[in-house]
Amino acid sequence: MIRRLKVLLLTLLIMVSGLTFTACHGSRGTLEFTVPSEFDKTKNYEISFWAKNDTNKAQADIYKKAIENFQAIYPNITVNLKLYTDYSRIYNDVITNISTGTTPNVCITYPDHIATYITGNNVVVPLNSLLTDEVFGLGGTGVDFDAPKVDEIVPEFLKECYIGDTCYALPYMRSTEALYINKTFVEALGYEIPEKITWDFIWEVSEKAMEKDADGNFKVNNQKVMIPFIYKSTDNMMIQMLNQLGAGYSDENGNIEIFNENTGNILYEIAEHAKSGAFSTFKISSYPANFLNAGQCIFAIDSTAGSTWMGCDAPLLDIAEDSIVRFETVVREIPQYDTENPKMISQGPSLCVFNKDDSGEVLASWLFTQYLLTNDIQTSYARTEGYAPVTVKAQNSEDYKAYLNASGTDNNEHYSVKIDATEILLENTENTFTTPVFNGSASLRQAAGELIENVVKSVRRKETIDSAYIQKVYKNVSSLYRLDQIETGSSQGGKSDLGPLPSTAVTLIVCLAAAWVLIILYFIFIKIKEHR
Amino acid sequence: MKRILAIVMVLALALSLTACAKTEKAESSAVEESSVAEESVAVEESAEEVSEEAAEESSETAEETSEVAVMSHLDYVNAELDSLVCVETYVQAKQGWWEDKATVYCQSEDGAYFLYNMPCSEADYERLVPGTRIKVTGYKAEWSGEVEIVDATFEIFDEGTFVAEPLDVTELLGKDELVDHQNELVAFKDLEVVASTDADGNEAAFLYNWDGSGEEGSDLYFNVKSGDVTAQFTVESYLCGADTDVYKAVKELKIGDKIDCEGFLYWYNGANPHITNVTVK
Repeated sequence: MIRRLKVLLLTLLIMVSGLTFTACHGSRGTLEFTVPSEFDKTKNYEISFWAKNDTNKAQADIYKKAIENFQAIYPNITVNLKLYTDYSRIYNDVITNISTGTTPNVCITYPDHIATYITGNNVVVPLNSLLTDEVFGLGGTGVDFDAPKVDEIVPEFLKECYIGDTCYALPYMRSTEALYINKTFVEALGYEIPEKITWDFIWEVSEKAMEKDADGNFKVNNQKVMIPFIYKSTDNMMIQMLNQLGAGYSDENGNIEIFNENTGNILYEIAEHAKSGAFSTFKISSYPANFLNAGQCIFAIDSTAGSTWMGCDAPLLDIAEDSIVRFETVVREIPQYDTENPKMISQGPSLCVFNKDDSGEVLASWLFTQYLLTNDIQTSYARTEGYAPVTVKAQNSEDYKAYLNASGTDNNEHYSVKIDATEILLENTENTFTTPVFNGSASLRQAAGELIENVVKSVRRKETIDSAYIQKVYKNVSSLYRLDQIETGSSQGGKSDLGPLPSTAVTLIVCLAAAWVLIILYFIFIKIKEHR
Repeated sequence: MKRILAIVMVLALALSLTACAKTEKAESSAVEESSVAEESVAVEESAEEVSEEAAEESSETAEETSEVAVMSHLDYVNAELDSLVCVETYVQAKQGWWEDKATVYCQSEDGAYFLYNMPCSEADYERLVPGTRIKVTGYKAEWSGEVEIVDATFEIFDEGTFVAEPLDVTELLGKDELVDHQNELVAFKDLEVVASTDADGNEAAFLYNWDGSGEEGSDLYFNVKSGDVTAQFTVESYLCGADTDVYKAVKELKIGDKIDCEGFLYWYNGANPHITNVTVK
């Protein structure tokens, strides 16, 4: 009997041991990337690059030319370009492809989006070691083109690519928002445009522009349509107003602070001007540029990267020629609460590299990413719109300086409105800010804009905007964007909470525990036997 | 022997533990990747819930003013912008389902409607096949000249069907009266394909995106001439993607081709028909 028991125990032990070994061979993810010591130029790599352009052929052509030139330097690397015109489509496609292990190699992105991507471990390559690697780092000895060094990237822009202490992206282009003004109309209304513009000035002039004549035409433009102030991105509007007031929005840990008294006051003010018809938004009315160019808008706020559409001489126009009204366009920083301490958002595409099993493939991707920061690409892409190059190396290049100095010499590449808009960012880089990044920050951004959109729509639908309404809209928006479910406590947005253990891990733990129990039982059994 | 066996087993277990420690990263990576997958599912599920919540909110709003009666197309046309409207109509085509919102072309015997970003579950979206009768309650809005119903809720009826026949509006091309047929399924006959010019000044029978900046799968733009009037037509890629006959047909167009077109009379700062069928003569 004892012999049988021993055999049984030993058999069980062997089985359990076997099981524990099996469990150890569970599913495996992509390994953490380490910089290889060398790049095998005899091996062919095919990498994918998902890029975003502003429905702009010049931008698409620059990407294509960059790929062609890069492939000439590295004939063993083939880059396949996929073009998008919408950041949110890229984001959704990346999310889908993370779950199937088919992410692109290099992707245009926003840090808010990366915060979601990195909820999977080793999905996005941390760039800290790559930035400064002596051989393959930025401008390293093993890089076969004239790349910028890490200290040649505008520090404010590079800082935006960090989540916590980890750098997950390189900036590609930067823009901010600008205020595009119909100077002719402002002066016709009896005002002079100050150098620095306040929100009070905008609202006052906008209300003045609502005066009509006996025929029901607006006096300022003699038309039936006039929306004096149109904002393209209401997300940015709310974010910047709050930042300028020093009011809460969120912190790095994902704590939502947007539902505060300042937000309520901003919404009341917006409601007042929406009610008079002096204010509207892109989502409700249309592109600010179209109204501006038709003489139906006086103040249009849009990205500096939308400057080629602004003004009656703009190189890109989206309305019929006979609808265009002649006027003088002036560009200013966005309105401020405190003109002595201007604050404006920094935005624009960044580049992230996705991890792959083959470190050589990742290195090829990194080399291409680095290539997109070279002077020629930086300056040529920046010229397509009101973008600023992200490297001081490109910003200080003679070629780029000559471009800026040629402002106004033509209405295409040197369109003055575009270059004026670019100069706003170049002169205010230290006054730019970005919002904290965490898993859920993209939703919060949408919610910020939705507050304004809801209020404006409600006013137009003759609803009453009072304290009860504001509380209701807070509740609805919070629920709609699940702001009440955002994990807090980590700059990586709930990365600490990985959810329940998968079944394989549970099996492994149970087997190990059972094995140890059996071992202990066996030794107790032996001891008892020896004692007898 | 027994002791040796026991030691071997203990060593084996210790080894297995070490092995597990070594693969911890890979294992945790798998775990976290699955969390991303879950995130992605969560994003989708969240969108579904968002849609339900949005629908609930919209329905709350609708209930608040539930007295609004089903109106004729004429009543709809006469209704003020930003007012609550309610129509019974029939689905003609779906332009897309994105973030749990559907954009749909609808038409009744007396006129057409464009339902923009209407909260809609994926299951309901599948039910919105051409001819389906629906009741829509939402707000009348205008965006760049396109009159549409937004923030809408809808109800699907099992009975009743109507599929519109294209109305020939060739004679109205370039005239103000064309807007009276906004969003209807229309036909344009005996058109000539004329050159489109991309951002670099190159001429082509069609462009990917308005300036040639797109690629396969992007919207297609092409110019047509009828008499003295030249108009720009669009194959909207969400309405008719790269795998559709019309998309393929437009890609085969040559300058000078004589064609008939059908499509929905969308508006963007003027007539911007979304073409669904092209016949080369």
